[in-house]
Amino acid sequence: MSYEERLQNVSVLGAAGKMGSGILLLTAVEMADTSLKPEFKGKSFVLNAIDVSDQALSGLMKYLYVQVQKMAEKKMVQLRQFYSNRADLIENSEIVDEYVRYVISLVRTSTRIESAFDSLLIFEAIKENPELKGKILSSIDTNNPKKPWYFTNTSSIPISEIDKNSGLEGRIIGFHFYNPPAIQKLVELIKGEKTLKELEAFALQYAKNMRKIVVPANDIAGFIGNGHFMRDLLFGMKLVERLSADMPMHEAVYIVNKVTQDFLVRPMGIFQLIDYVGIDVCQYILSVMNARIAGEDLHSDLLDRYAGYGVKGGQFADGSQKNGILQYDKNKITGIFCLKRKEYAPFIDFQDRNDARLGNLPANAPQWKTAIRVKNRDELFSGYFDSLRKTESPGAKLALEYAAESARIANQLVTNGVSHSAENVNTVLLTGFFHAYGPVNKY
Amino acid sequence: MNPLRRKVYMVAGYNTVSMGTGRKEFNPKKERPGLEYYIKEAGQGTLKQIGGAGNVDECVIGNFIAARFNKQANMAAFFPYIDEGLRYKPAVRVEGACATGGLALMTGIKSVLAETADVVLVVGVEVQNTVKAIYGADFLAAAGWFQNRKNGHAYFFPGQFSDRAGAYFEKYGREKTRQALARWYRNAIENARLCPTAQEYHNATKDLEAQGLTEPNGKSFVDHLNVFDCSKVSDGASAIAIISEEGLKRVGIPLTDAIEVAGWGQVADDLTKDPQDRTALSTSKVAVEQALQRAGITRDQLATAEIHDCFTIAGVMAIEAMGFAAPGKGPDFILEGKTARDGVIPFNTTGGLIGWGHPTGATGVHQAVTILEQLTGKAGDAQIIIPADKPYGLSLNMGGDDKTLVSIVYRRP
Ligand SMILES: NC(=O)c1ccc[n+]([C@@H]2O[C@H](COP(=O)([O-])OP(=O)(O)OC[C@H]3O[C@@H](n4cnc5c(N)ncnc54)[C@H](O)[C@@H]3O)[C@@H](O)[C@H]2O)c1
Repeated sequence: MSYEERLQNVSVLGAAGKMGSGILLLTAVEMADTSLKPEFKGKSFVLNAIDVSDQALSGLMKYLYVQVQKMAEKKMVQLRQFYSNRADLIENSEIVDEYVRYVISLVRTSTRIESAFDSLLIFEAIKENPELKGKILSSIDTNNPKKPWYFTNTSSIPISEIDKNSGLEGRIIGFHFYNPPAIQKLVELIKGEKTLKELEAFALQYAKNMRKIVVPANDIAGFIGNGHFMRDLLFGMKLVERLSADMPMHEAVYIVNKVTQDFLVRPMGIFQLIDYVGIDVCQYILSVMNARIAGEDLHSDLLDRYAGYGVKGGQFADGSQKNGILQYDKNKITGIFCLKRKEYAPFIDFQDRNDARLGNLPANAPQWKTAIRVKNRDELFSGYFDSLRKTESPGAKLALEYAAESARIANQLVTNGVSHSAENVNTVLLTGFFHAYGPVNKY
Repeated sequence: MNPLRRKVYMVAGYNTVSMGTGRKEFNPKKERPGLEYYIKEAGQGTLKQIGGAGNVDECVIGNFIAARFNKQANMAAFFPYIDEGLRYKPAVRVEGACATGGLALMTGIKSVLAETADVVLVVGVEVQNTVKAIYGADFLAAAGWFQNRKNGHAYFFPGQFSDRAGAYFEKYGREKTRQALARWYRNAIENARLCPTAQEYHNATKDLEAQGLTEPNGKSFVDHLNVFDCSKVSDGASAIAIISEEGLKRVGIPLTDAIEVAGWGQVADDLTKDPQDRTALSTSKVAVEQALQRAGITRDQLATAEIHDCFTIAGVMAIEAMGFAAPGKGPDFILEGKTARDGVIPFNTTGGLIGWGHPTGATGVHQAVTILEQLTGKAGDAQIIIPADKPYGLSLNMGGDDKTLVSIVYRRP
């Protein structure tokens, strides 16, 4: 079966979710562009958007409409070629309208997994729950006579395990998008023990057509992205526990968050990132990893304590940040949750004191925003890390300790066989997490 | 050519800001003022200098395509909105794509010559930031023959001039030409920085020539031009009064604050035909020759020129069409600094279409206002030296791909 034939009937499970909606958008556009080639004229293409609620699916269609229109406007040159034989479509606006209408016409929304029974390719993006994923995939597979291929977007569950639990015999691959899939360039590609060669080739082609950067990861729970993030998170938690011997815990959170953001020149501090992903998601990923990785305690009591007090994180429907360990006002951090008082302590009560405690940033500290625009950053960061080492301030020391831990985690991912190379870990951190420099470096 | 039967002057120029990307106050997400706002500001700006609406005999408004950008037609009836004193006065709207402003000026000039008016208020306006550029391209494509739209580029006019640039590169060499385009861009921005109403007034880019040398990308835009080679999407209006000798007395403006229309060339070519030679602007050439001839001067008597650089490559070709450089030598003329503000003949002293902006229907009027300011010493920071033996300025306003042309020669009286 050719690449294009495989794309003729596709289902996305969890299509209305955060990841599913992006995956649906990209797949719809890829399907449309494929089917518009002259050789596929008259062939039918179907994309099933499957989720549990009609309401969410109708929201999905609105999202899809707006996004496809934006994408169409950006590729007018190509679209005019697609429609060069359509004498009735002359102006850009007419072509955009036609293209959007066409893409939308490929998508069928459904609340029943039966819709996937005819599909040749099934993209799974439901909750990060091994039992649920296994149950749904196996019930589709037993009812689908076409021996479909499966892409799973799991962030942590080993592919071989899903394969085995669902009886797919290698017809599955981990295709791990980053959030949001339509914008993030990175895809971690994870083969299970039995993953078919042809399926891998298909996945590479699909990624290439969507202009994604593919980093292969080995099939070990957490893969590269969460393999680093979760351990980085655990270190942050431990550091907070250590520092809170001398200060209130929420102030320690302030310190660690500031060190990881400003001193390490990252887009956000570690606690803001935890909030962004969601406390419950982090807990879930940790529990999946902990149950599958021996010899390491991948668990944080502190994280559980926050969750126990109903601290959640995650985003509102409009994309703005919900309160988590940190408190937000329109994405601006305004306070930190105090476990003792069970309420948010406002920044103004402790910010100045702790900034003074950390000491100033070295004068040559780059801003993350400016650093990522610099093409060759080696010089910038060598200079900066030199200054960090020369600065005797507590902030600089904590930053160096944190950076060393991040590098240790990265190297461990290589020695444990999760990543083929340190280079790949760096790529994941640079492209998937928008770090300005890789953890493995000579700075 | 017949000498003019009456003296015709221009006075009381006014430009609104050319609004759009580049201006600090521009926010595409916020609601912005519409056509009426710009028409009123520019119209009142001129009326104030000529003693009010009571002194006006006729009105001309130039607008290219508000019917699409703003879903608005019947533009002549906006004059009484500028000032109630303009109610029941004759008013007309003219259109000739990007030469609309030039045609509006010609209409005013001819009214004065026909002695139906001694004072004509001329306004040019366009408000184009109402839609995304990709849809604006559809509207602006009306400046070409619509039968050609289907096979044209997504960005129709950038596509046309990209083809011209490609042909020019092939015939005369790419590298030097691209350098000249980048220099043209730099001159345009540097001049715009001297003019507070210019769209690029706030531009703070350090190495403009390096930016101008950005490699074109045909996959997302056009093959031979980058975005810096293009004029911008602009909202704006310009106004001026065209006036007889009697009119000058009526409004009480001294001759030293006026410029005289010395000659013009107004020509059109067949919209349905492709250019015979993509490397030359042959209609522009005729227009400039006629204008100089009617004025009875040579190009060496020009102190400044405002030419239609909708694209940098159009700047190069205009230089050649005006006879300042032989075909293929326009790039040298630019690279030798001759078009710079301290050069032999400073071009586009407030930035032209690339630096000041290109509110299409207003552009021809804006050119006249700039020359009025330069020749009367009122150009502020952008003022150039006008040598005593060169009391002339020239404008060249082009509609479509070298199709509708207006060139005017102005003299400091
Ligand atoms: N959010 C991220 O940053 C991120 C990044 C990479 C990978 N992932 C992974 O992607 C997957 C989805 O995560 P998400 O963040 O999009 O979650 P989400 O909760 O936003 O979306 C899950 C969707 O699945 C739907 N769903 C649940 N049960 C279903 C069923 N039985 N049939 C059909 N649909 C069902 C839900 O209604 C929801 O719309 C998870 O495996 C997660 O680990 C998430």
